[in-house]
Amino acid sequence: MNDTYELRGGETHIEVHKFYPGAILGITILALIFQAAVPVYIPRMEILDLPLLVTIYFGLSRRNPSTGLLLGMVIGLLQDSLSGPTVPLGLYGIAKTVIGYLASSIGSRLDTEHPAARFALIMAFFVVHQAVIVLIRRVLLAQPEPWVNWALVIAAAVNAVVGVFLFVVFDRLRRNS
Amino acid sequence: MVSIPSRHRSFALLAGVIIVQVLLLEVQIKRDSHGRLIRVWAVGAVSPVERGGNWGLGKIRGIWNHYFALQSTQRENEALRTENDSLKLALANLQGKAAEADRLAELLKFRKSQEKIPMISARVIGASAGTASRTIEIDRGERDGIRRNLAVITPDGAVGKVIETFHDTAQVLLLTDKEGGAGAMILGTRTQSPVGGNGEPYLVMKYVANDDTVNIGEQVVTSGMDKIFPRDIPVGTVMEVKAGNPFKQIRVKPAAHLDRLEEVIVLLSQEPLAVSKEPAAQDAPAVASPNSSSANPPAAVVKP
Repeated sequence: MNDTYELRGGETHIEVHKFYPGAILGITILALIFQAAVPVYIPRMEILDLPLLVTIYFGLSRRNPSTGLLLGMVIGLLQDSLSGPTVPLGLYGIAKTVIGYLASSIGSRLDTEHPAARFALIMAFFVVHQAVIVLIRRVLLAQPEPWVNWALVIAAAVNAVVGVFLFVVFDRLRRNS
Repeated sequence: MVSIPSRHRSFALLAGVIIVQVLLLEVQIKRDSHGRLIRVWAVGAVSPVERGGNWGLGKIRGIWNHYFALQSTQRENEALRTENDSLKLALANLQGKAAEADRLAELLKFRKSQEKIPMISARVIGASAGTASRTIEIDRGERDGIRRNLAVITPDGAVGKVIETFHDTAQVLLLTDKEGGAGAMILGTRTQSPVGGNGEPYLVMKYVANDDTVNIGEQVVTSGMDKIFPRDIPVGTVMEVKAGNPFKQIRVKPAAHLDRLEEVIVLLSQEPLAVSKEPAAQDAPAVASPNSSSANPPAAVVKP
């Protein structure tokens, strides 16, 4: 089986990347631990959503919507589990399931290797992710939650910047074709 | 080899997964349950790593704080040092004021005990510019009735005599100057002999015959024979006695602290002072030690 192969849709040729064994699992666990532990010491790091960045990255790289949404679901549910009893199981699960599906769907149609494209996609996915969370909170949990505020825009930009650099690091975990 | 799920299949999967999670949410809301089992597994899996990370971060933070991030420590150290210096200055200032208050209280007490004796207190404002002479300058002069050859004392004992007067100030020749001196006598035996200085901290009692008995620790007081000092003002304590030719060599430690005078009293007459009786020989040294200057000489013990 090839490590890297191509999706052929019309005239577009988009590579589907594979990773070293354990890379996805390792990065996911590290991201969850980072998300759970680091804000304790550096509260400002709370603005980062590393599990979301991991979901986006592997969604865009694998380009398989089923895999992407399942990975997003697992990451989201684990994040719910580690977020304490005030966060119901399924809140991040649903949001990251949606993001995993969207990222892998878009990744199978567009070339998402360019940093500018990654920046724009991460910002957009971050906003969608927050929108899904707010929707769940307002509709399903009946919790008052503002739709948009400046903190959301700043957090989206910060995550996008961090994500662009982080994705370059993650790219090194790909298997050579 | 390549398996690409159909868009419908993946969309159906998405819908199914979301519905399952919505149901999970509904169950949690309705039953007020928080999915404890899943949380226990997740937390149990992550917490050992968190503990390890916590330990590692603690070590890194400790190393960073103790060895690298010392910039704020240095600033803090400098601020504390500056504060410490200013506090030291303030403390020294307060200690000086407290000591001054003690001295002034002593002077006042002395003056009250000698109400009938005309005297004037003065502050020492200067000292001799060289080591060749031992004089001090006081802030009282002719305007205050100061004139030459008036006795200058402290509550502890004799200091010297006025040798020069100006309008506002006067110069006092200390007993320890080579030219200084006073008529004195051994308190116990009433053996008379002038004492004088030789430029050293101790006084010398010059003319005591070898036959006369003088013991270390005996008190020396003024005799009044010099027509400057009234009788029985403490001069000092005998610290060393040696046989000499033709007179004994007796070294006397001054009763007044001549090396650190700040306030003095100028006696405007030679009328004898009323000196109260106090224990005298408690400060007498067991062994003669001419270089010792820390002992505090006892007060006078004579009643005129």
